[in-house]
Amino acid sequence: MSDFLLLVISCIFVNNILLAQYLGNCPFLGVSKRMETAIGMAMAVVFVLVMAGAITWVVNTFALKALSLEYLSTLAFILVIASLVQFVEMFLKKSIPALYAGLGIFLPLITTNCAVMGVCLINIKEEYNFLQALTASFAYAVGFGLALVLFAGIRERILLARVPRPLQDTAIGLVGAGMMSLAFFAFKGMA
Amino acid sequence: MAKSIVQEFTKGLWAEVPPFRLVLGLCPTLAVTKSLENGVGMGVAVTFVLVCSNVLISLLRNAIPKKVRIACYIIVIATFVTVVELVMQAYAYPLFLQLGIFIPLIVVNCILLGRAEAFAAKNKVIASLADGLGMGIGFTLALAALSVFREILGNGTLTFPFIGYSIHNVLGPSFQPFVFLVQAPGAFVCLGLMLCIMNMLGKK
Repeated sequence: MSDFLLLVISCIFVNNILLAQYLGNCPFLGVSKRMETAIGMAMAVVFVLVMAGAITWVVNTFALKALSLEYLSTLAFILVIASLVQFVEMFLKKSIPALYAGLGIFLPLITTNCAVMGVCLINIKEEYNFLQALTASFAYAVGFGLALVLFAGIRERILLARVPRPLQDTAIGLVGAGMMSLAFFAFKGMA
Repeated sequence: MAKSIVQEFTKGLWAEVPPFRLVLGLCPTLAVTKSLENGVGMGVAVTFVLVCSNVLISLLRNAIPKKVRIACYIIVIATFVTVVELVMQAYAYPLFLQLGIFIPLIVVNCILLGRAEAFAAKNKVIASLADGLGMGIGFTLALAALSVFREILGNGTLTFPFIGYSIHNVLGPSFQPFVFLVQAPGAFVCLGLMLCIMNMLGKK
């Protein structure tokens, strides 16, 4: 049990997917201008990442490894993720319209969110078993959401500040992200 | 016609250089620019995939049905990424280990899908080739610029790619490396300052 707790803490804080592993930075900068969109994106990522982590693990173990086709993993994973996102979108539209309205526009964007693909690849590389892969996927996704929502808060404050012209918008956002990453660095001491 | 092809090529070098102007493909930009060797290696890999996928997608642009086009583009891109992955594993194994999961992650690099959708799907083969090559070289130069800065100040060394020649103590033997720059926070701050410099130079 304590192993899983350690895994969760390490994935959320110590190896935060955005700030320590540099994955998923395009949506991080793209949708963090407003709190609402940031929360929508964070929820969509948690939802898709857990499912993608589970499915790619199964595909890798029972299809690719069994047939020793591991070199095709890039191709297989991206197809799994792309079709998963499409299915989730159709399913939500039909059966849970309220959730679809909330996540709607963020779902297609997730296909090219490298955090999703990255976590799937990390799960395989670290040779996690199924339960560990599921836990890690969930924890990474929560870490992504946490960083995104905190960052959106910072950016809403930056809007009110007087920023020199060349630094405006993305540039100051990146410097802010750097400071946040520095703060998350403190968690390294915990591991 | 000849002039426009030159234009397609040169726009990727300055006017629309991917990581700085379009703010696309940030993850590899941040992750692999710890040293010049990694940065250029990544840039070359992306350039190869970008040129090949642009040409193939441009050739197939009338054959791909509109509704499933994104899936088709992704399969084309993933195929070339797999090629790069296997070639690197065979001929540049140390670089392959250094870049790690960022090689398969070229698939989800927004630059590739972005160019396929915005350019290759609508233009002729030669123009798409020029566009892919320009964007790829622009991306490589951007990575190289960022990584030279980070490697010299953060590590004190400079390693030239491909020839394996490296200079130790670029800034003199008493220079204390500024380790912050080669770690994650330094990556963000450096890229932010780089964007700032580009904005200052670009906007008159």
